[in-house]
Amino acid sequence: MATKPKLFYFRGRGRMESIRWLLAAAGVEFEEEFIETTEQYEKLLKDGRLLFGQVPMVEIDGMVLTQTRAILSYLAAKYDLYGKDLKETVRINMYTDGTLDLMLMIAVAAFKPPAEKEESLALVVKRAKTRYFPVFEKILKDHGEDFLVGNKFSWADIQLLEAILMVEELDASVLPEFPLLKAFKTRISNIPTIKKFLQPGSQRKPPPDSHYVEVVRSVLHF
Amino acid sequence: MRGWHGAAAPPGRDTSVRTLETTMAGKPKLHYFNGRGRMESIRWLLAAAGVEFEEKFIETPEDWDKLRSDGHLMFQQVPMVEIDGMKMVQTRAILNYIATKYNLYGKDIKERALIDMYTEGIADLSEMIIVLPLCPPDQKEAKIALIKERTTDRYLPVFEKVLKSHGQDYLVGNRLSKADIHLVELLYYVEEIDPSLLANFPLLKALKTRISNLPTVKKFLQPGSQRKPPIDEKSLEQAKKIFRMK
Repeated sequence: MATKPKLFYFRGRGRMESIRWLLAAAGVEFEEEFIETTEQYEKLLKDGRLLFGQVPMVEIDGMVLTQTRAILSYLAAKYDLYGKDLKETVRINMYTDGTLDLMLMIAVAAFKPPAEKEESLALVVKRAKTRYFPVFEKILKDHGEDFLVGNKFSWADIQLLEAILMVEELDASVLPEFPLLKAFKTRISNIPTIKKFLQPGSQRKPPPDSHYVEVVRSVLHF
Repeated sequence: MRGWHGAAAPPGRDTSVRTLETTMAGKPKLHYFNGRGRMESIRWLLAAAGVEFEEKFIETPEDWDKLRSDGHLMFQQVPMVEIDGMKMVQTRAILNYIATKYNLYGKDIKERALIDMYTEGIADLSEMIIVLPLCPPDQKEAKIALIKERTTDRYLPVFEKVLKSHGQDYLVGNRLSKADIHLVELLYYVEEIDPSLLANFPLLKALKTRISNLPTVKKFLQPGSQRKPPIDEKSLEQAKKIFRMK
């Protein structure tokens, strides 16, 4: 019997959250080891399990994988969420690269001084409203299908939902001007695996708070 | 700069098939400014794969405005590559497409995961180098010092170790992949910053020589190819003007 994937990261969203979403949406149970002390982190380093000295790290299928995008692509391919051919795959890559850029802006903002942080988050909302959401609204409008690519649920849909929810946390008023995205949000949220992940008690993590920032800073020394 | 012609194919590829493919499909067309930036890794990969490509340089703010207002850039950003009837954006998406199409992405998803992991590490260091020209002069020295430290302490040791561990000619699966191309490209940039950075990495030096001697790469490394030089002050000013950056 295959062992469950094991995620190594801080107890928070950061760069691991998209990986949690993808696994959860694919209906894959996973374990987590939370890094809370410098000693834990240094042990991982010493044991040579962090290829470039960084997390996220995921143990899966006998591999020790690092680098967020490498992990996400592997999971998407493994769980058949990566399109049926190269042209669908590249579209999924284009869309997820875009939404990941947006979500990483949010993750990074947590570590900035208050004024800069506010500015960054305001920029995220602006980018979402003017650069990213209009694109996805148009994609859904143009083909009239339920999912972004190939009329089939894919990694692109999971990540767009994740991005929508994260941006809504910053500005609840952002979705009304995108009716198809609003419907998309409801539809994807109701997929059983995702519905489960959205419930309290799941492995989904809350937005970063000052405690999370403190832990990360103290472990990574910055 | 015009592309080269009649490049030999990487080992094992049938040149005649590729020629037919590109004639039928039209050459890929790269939209970017006339400089390395985020497009250079795409140029390297296409060149290494023996694929001829065209370039349309963004030379004025008006060019940039038009490209965006014509709706050709999905997220209002370049690089953008017109290929196989698509207007592709996002550097990674473009690279992964090219790698898959030209068989430079490993034989299965596990090899691809390794290639991706290595590529992402390379990309992180490359990113520091790409943005260096934009760094304010008073911070530049510190940034260069950090790049050097990361090079010798975090990134190059990993790849030296990978090559040492399997003793093969290529990083993954005993076969040329995008990981080798991206790494060798990076090694050239590291060398430009400071040749002594490569001193303690004999296997990487050997990889660099080996990959540089592949016919397609050799051609790309020669003067007159579409490879771009490091950005100079004048081009940097022009780029800033085009993209309306301060």
